[in-house]
Parts: sequence; structure tokens; C-alpha cells
Amino acid sequence: MLAYGSGRVNGGRRVTDIFTALADSTRRALLDELADRDGQTLFELCARLVSKHDISSSRQAITQHLGVLEEAGLVHTRRQGRYKFHHADFTPLRAVSVRWPIPQEDT
Amino acid sequence: MRIGVTSVFVDDQAKAEAFYTDVLGFQVKDKVPVGEYDWLTLVSPADVDGIQLLLEPDQHPAAKAYKTALSAEGIPVIVFTVDDLDAEYRRLLDRGVFFTQAPAPMGPVSTAVFDDTCGNLIQLMAPVTE
Repeated sequence: MLAYGSGRVNGGRRVTDIFTALADSTRRALLDELADRDGQTLFELCARLVSKHDISSSRQAITQHLGVLEEAGLVHTRRQGRYKFHHADFTPLRAVSVRWPIPQEDT
Repeated sequence: MRIGVTSVFVDDQAKAEAFYTDVLGFQVKDKVPVGEYDWLTLVSPADVDGIQLLLEPDQHPAAKAYKTALSAEGIPVIVFTVDDLDAEYRRLLDRGVFFTQAPAPMGPVSTAVFDDTCGNLIQLMAPVTE
């Protein structure tokens, strides 16, 4: 994961900046698909990227992208029996609007 | 040349026979004792002279490794086609089948993936009807 820079150390763990995580179109597509249906296997995510986003990256590449999203706290994995499911977590995005507050709409 | 028999590796032939017939709805075509195991094949009642599915014991270490590696990433070992995927999904859910992927459109087809209780994932596929 060293190839994906701009990490910082937080409690001894290297954390990928959410902006770095979101700066890649494949990773945004992964989040789009998890927003569409939360809790997917690697197989389903790869199938969705191919059929809906025309992204035919290798499984290894997709696994790396998921690793970056996980480091940024945007994806969590859950093991159920022999299976591993990926879940999106958009909570870290709150930091963006905390740093740059979104103006209230006039009503 | 034609494709006559394809196979899935199962951890227990008796359990597999029960699941593939009672739950999925296939029927036994041949069941012939061969040493410790049976030559055990199934066909679809919709195509009794069609391709047979061999329920093959997975006692070879390579078969077990293959199944474990594919399952870990959610990859199915075989595809069965159905006419109405949503109806089949609901029918199997009612029978207690565990799906790792609920029905979803994937290009020109819709697919779903379930656990066959014998160490494999199976993909169901139907043409998109809308």
C-alpha cells in the first residue's frame, strides 16, 4: 500500500487520507456500488465494475483499491463463515463539511 | 463431440444429493458405486437427457484448496440458468438457502449467488426481461 501516498500515522496505524481515497475513479465506482447495495463479496464488486462501469481491472487491483478505502475508513469488511463482505461507511466524509461547512440553503 | 458431464466437488455425497434434489429440484440420473464413493450424476427435470452434473467427492487436497480459495472471494464454481431469477431467489430463500449475492443486473443478464452447503458457491443466471 506504500504506492498510495499521503498517509499519516494515527495511533501507530497508517491512515490514508479520505481525499486520496476518493481521488481515483475506480474507488469512487466501488463506493457507488456499495451505496447501491451494501455488503458485497469481491466477486460481486468486480462483476458490477465490469458490467456497469466498464472497469475490467484485475481482482488483485480491486483488492488493493478496497484496501485503500478501508484504510481511509470508508469501507469495512465483515466475515461471515467462509465469506467476506464489504460495507461502505460514509461517516469519515463528515470531516469534509466540518472543515469547510456547507452553507445553509435559504428557505 | 458434445459436453456430457460437468461436475462440482462436494464434501459429502449424501448431503449433496439431498440438497441438489430436495432443495434445488434436480433429479438423480446415475448412481453407481465406484469403490468408496458413487458415480452420482444429476439432471434437470426440464432436460432429463441433457448435460449431467457429477457430484464429485472433494477428498483430493487440491479440490479442497480450490473450493476454499474461490469461496473466500465469493466466486461461484458453476452457473445454473433459470427463467425467473427473482422467483427462484424467493423460493430458495424460503428453503433456508444462504445467498452471498442477491439478484442484480449484470449487463445482459441478472445473476445471484448462493451457498450449496457442500463448500461451493453457485451462480444463478437469467436473461434480463425488462
